[in-house]
Amino acid sequence: MALAKLTLHPLDKYLRTDRLPHIWCPGCGIGIALGAMLRAIDRRINEGRLDRNKVVFVTGIGCSARVSFYVDFDSAHTLHGRALPFATGVKLANPSLEVIVVGGDGDVAGIGGNHLLHAAKRNIDLFVVMITNFVYAMTGGQLAPTTPLKVYTTTTPHGNPEPPLNVIKLVASLNANYVARASITTPHYIEMFTYKALGMKGFRFLEVISTCPEVYGRHIGLRNPVTMFEELKKRVKYKPNPVIDESDIDWEKGIVIGEYVVRNNPSYLDLVKRG
Amino acid sequence: MRREFLSGNRAIAEAAILSGLKFYAGYPITPASDLMEYLAEKLPRYGGIVVQFEDEIASINAAIGASWAGVKAMTATSGPGFSLMAEGVSLAVATETPVVVVDIMRAGPSTGIPTKATQSDVYQARWLAHGDYTIPVFAPWSVQDCYDMTIKSFNVAEKFRTPVVLLSDANIAHMWETLYVKEPGEVEIIERKKPSAPPDDYRPYKPDEDLVPPMAVFGEGYKVIVESLVHDELGYYRQDSETYREMVTRLNEKIRRGVGYIYEQEEYWVEDSDVVVVAYGSTARMVYPVVKALRQRGARVGFLRLKTLWPLNEEWLWKSLSRAGKVVVVENNTGRLYLDVARIAGSARTFFSPVITVDPPKFNEVMEAVARWL
Ligand code: SF4
Repeated sequence: MALAKLTLHPLDKYLRTDRLPHIWCPGCGIGIALGAMLRAIDRRINEGRLDRNKVVFVTGIGCSARVSFYVDFDSAHTLHGRALPFATGVKLANPSLEVIVVGGDGDVAGIGGNHLLHAAKRNIDLFVVMITNFVYAMTGGQLAPTTPLKVYTTTTPHGNPEPPLNVIKLVASLNANYVARASITTPHYIEMFTYKALGMKGFRFLEVISTCPEVYGRHIGLRNPVTMFEELKKRVKYKPNPVIDESDIDWEKGIVIGEYVVRNNPSYLDLVKRG
Repeated sequence: MRREFLSGNRAIAEAAILSGLKFYAGYPITPASDLMEYLAEKLPRYGGIVVQFEDEIASINAAIGASWAGVKAMTATSGPGFSLMAEGVSLAVATETPVVVVDIMRAGPSTGIPTKATQSDVYQARWLAHGDYTIPVFAPWSVQDCYDMTIKSFNVAEKFRTPVVLLSDANIAHMWETLYVKEPGEVEIIERKKPSAPPDDYRPYKPDEDLVPPMAVFGEGYKVIVESLVHDELGYYRQDSETYREMVTRLNEKIRRGVGYIYEQEEYWVEDSDVVVVAYGSTARMVYPVVKALRQRGARVGFLRLKTLWPLNEEWLWKSLSRAGKVVVVENNTGRLYLDVARIAGSARTFFSPVITVDPPKFNEVMEAVARWL
């Protein structure tokens, strides 16, 4: 549903343009991630391999979850952390739908962590994009499960005493068919991995390392969006076949992106014979 | 129609299948687990699916998702699990999602006594979640009633686009009785209204006359928005008083206006009685023989059984109770429904007589509770 639909950009056809401008801050990486995802979806639709009316976006709560506001597909903006179970219900009730879950690291791996591990264990047929910004951004800069050690946040004013959660390692240790990482500094990989994941069955997980200059940038002294983007870009390294042990995110040693897991285990739908 | 011999939980499962249940999500909890076990065996034969999730939070959210994908969905639990479902129920309220939540009451608070029944979660059923809302709550008293009220729960959920709570308890859940079960076509099964507008003109939260919006689901080309935030007719987030006022008023009002369809009560000898006993659920089972025995002894006592706990049809209830000199509310808790009955019938003549027990209330206990007011 779109009122007074404006088309200024080739991807506008997938956006509820009447809801623009979006709420994301200047310099935020979420829009870059969404643009790359939409290009991959566009390719699949143009190739006749994806029905636009069968795409459903399910999100929880947070900056990244606001993606569901703007995409002109069936979409659900649900509860904090609960996008995965909601999406599981959607997929099992109507297996012909292509269900895409988008969320931040706090939403997907923090409050939703238990659902994440069980969804991956089930190898349920969902594509999940977790946009990592290392902080709870929408609520103003609190500790996230991915916040690096010692970093100052509003709830760890003396420095974060908890080592960060490596979500790639967690999901890869389970039964997921696809586990990949990209960065908003490499949008072509976001597009490539999304395109590939959309052609697969089972649980597919893509982590997108993003920039949040507004909140996380402020905490680590990279408030300027361009500086933050460039600092991230310097640290990101693509590897064709990275191993899980390389997946720890380390600002000093670098952030390895690539496809960590590609396999073809029977999916949940295969096993309950509803696919 | 045919006679069957079933437990309360199995009757709920059978009625859910007849109502068109296609998605059941749950997490094991006494005394609700056997409902899921029974469905896990049977529902796939009717083209449905049963999934055991990681917890009750996932279960309710998955049921809501399934409903938006176009199927009838249900979950069942007991007090502790129901507490975990609170936020999910509020999501179903805000997004106007048809979903049936069965709560088999046990003794609380906290882990309480898992295997024993009380009526201590009556307010939990009414006001489980945050926010300003009203949802229907039904309280069966027999296996037959479990069956009939489950069909009603699905019908109300679909008709009003709302979560519905079916409030049973451990006594009724595991009690076996004969009942009449229906064949397809023998009972009205309501399906949610579909939009008649083409996708471009569809407004997902624009209500009809009955204050209920037609519901397009995923995959039909309507590009629906399921929105947990306060939203306008389009499903767009708004932060102004006007939108908020309109939304919460309508969410409450659609249920209040539907009270004629939703509300049911049963009366026994209420017409000519000086004292009317009000009860519901498993406690009401023992109130009935007690009142009957008292009448045989010449006492002018009547019995009013609530089948719907909320919304109450206050006019009907007031009329039924208006001739009684005394109204006595008997519940297995410290006085929950009593508060509403006292408000409606008048607190000067409404008295509370609890039977607080974790075993099925005995004849003498209930007799004592009632006779005190004769
Ligand atoms: S707070 Fe951070 S993550 Fe949120 S929109 Fe702004 S830059 Fe993006």
